[in-house]
Amino acid sequence: MTPDVLKFMETARYGIPQELWTILVIIVKIAVVLGAVMLHVAYATYFERKVIGRMQNRLGPMVVGPYGILQPIADGIKSFFKEDIIPSNADKPMFFMAPVLGLMAALSSLAVVPFFNGFVIANINIGLLFLFAMSSLAVYGVILGGWSSNSKYSFLGSLRASAQVISYEVPLGLSLVGVMIMAGSLNITEIVNAQSRYPGGMYIIAQWLGFFVFVISAIAETNRSPFDLPEAETELIAGFFTEYSGMRFALFFMAEYAGMIIMCSIAVLCFLGGWTIPPFVLKLLPFLAVVPGVVWFVMKLYVCIFFYYWIRATLPRYRYDQLMAIGWKVLIPLALVNIVITAIMKLLVHAK
Amino acid sequence: MINKIFFFYFSAVIVAMSLMAITRRNVMHGVLYMLLLFFHIAGLYLFLNAEFISAVQVIVYAGAIMVLFLFVIMLLNLREDILKKQFIGTWPMGLVASAGILMVLLLSMLTVKTGEKGFWGIAQIESVTQTVAIGTTLYTQYLFPFEVASLVLLVAIIGAIVLAKKRLK
Repeated sequence: MTPDVLKFMETARYGIPQELWTILVIIVKIAVVLGAVMLHVAYATYFERKVIGRMQNRLGPMVVGPYGILQPIADGIKSFFKEDIIPSNADKPMFFMAPVLGLMAALSSLAVVPFFNGFVIANINIGLLFLFAMSSLAVYGVILGGWSSNSKYSFLGSLRASAQVISYEVPLGLSLVGVMIMAGSLNITEIVNAQSRYPGGMYIIAQWLGFFVFVISAIAETNRSPFDLPEAETELIAGFFTEYSGMRFALFFMAEYAGMIIMCSIAVLCFLGGWTIPPFVLKLLPFLAVVPGVVWFVMKLYVCIFFYYWIRATLPRYRYDQLMAIGWKVLIPLALVNIVITAIMKLLVHAK
Repeated sequence: MINKIFFFYFSAVIVAMSLMAITRRNVMHGVLYMLLLFFHIAGLYLFLNAEFISAVQVIVYAGAIMVLFLFVIMLLNLREDILKKQFIGTWPMGLVASAGILMVLLLSMLTVKTGEKGFWGIAQIESVTQTVAIGTTLYTQYLFPFEVASLVLLVAIIGAIVLAKKRLK
């Protein structure tokens, strides 16, 4: 199915000039990706409440629609019509800008994420670096939101967030260096193609150490439990977004879930083989070849998102000094060891 | 033509943003103008076919260094500082020094000569991507300067730890 769509996008032009057609295709792609991701963001909240509800022996949302299936839509309408409260001593331009900045950084990362073979808005050579850049910008929403609210709780939350995100960006970047060395490229489509050529089919087999470091730092980078110190509700009310209400609060919420989906897609693309399945599985069960790549991608993505919720329901929150110690004393050395081992292995394989 | 428009846009915004960054009374706003400045510098690099440097510019400067700046600024008592009439008294000295540097730069621009074209032309870089080009050059041809730079950074890290540690045995 998928190659036909791509060929159609390349060839059928209905007499429209090439440049205009290229721009039209890009706009349609952006609309499709944004629509799909925003829908996933909405239903990720529903899925999270259901999963955690079940794990805590509750039912989760059950009132709106059958099994509460319309709950995210009801939540969206509610937050849209709520009163927008602005603290009188807030730095207003920055207070308005902060949630938009956070969501913007999360959504611009989608530009380089390939969902199946050839379907990517911008196939750039530095795809992975672009993702790092955008994930490091996401923290501005948190810091500025907390600072401009002019409240002690928000302020403490944003102080914690800035230190946490700087610390965990380092292992996050280093953990993917092993993947870069193995694939020999920063282009994400190239990385997935290199994985399908690799005998194991997924880099998680050779890069298990890198994957371990990546998972922990991705959870910390998106400020999710057990590393959700910037919004620790038991100590700081809601941390950096204490003063936000209505739609601005919803924007922060959307940015958090969009960031989670981005991190899960990086994990799927760089470690779990993206839209491909390992060649030995295909040899054993040849009929799986008819399943389109996007289905594999989405299935792996859902497993990763479920993992996020599972951890949230299982582990208690870390203390601040524990958080820093894990980042600097455990994850960074492990990631460096992984890089050295991967580089030596690559040298040995090449020398043969 | 379109190249010149882009270059003019980026350089004009860079100058405007750096002026905004040093004239704001609120340091937080100054830092945000600097953030915009870094994005435009990254755009300028992209415009020079240097995609790797442009991404690193955003990751290192916008993503790490500016966040550290914000971290320090948040610990200052800004609301009272803004009320002060002037932050530093010696600004005429700074003006003289920077005007001197500007003169030197302008004079050197008159006599600047571009060297011969090296191995890494645009076509060569595009064939292997800029990341590969930088990596190979840095780790073969310029390995020694690269190692010297990393040693200097190591010294700085050790110095920071020595200063921050309250008592050394």
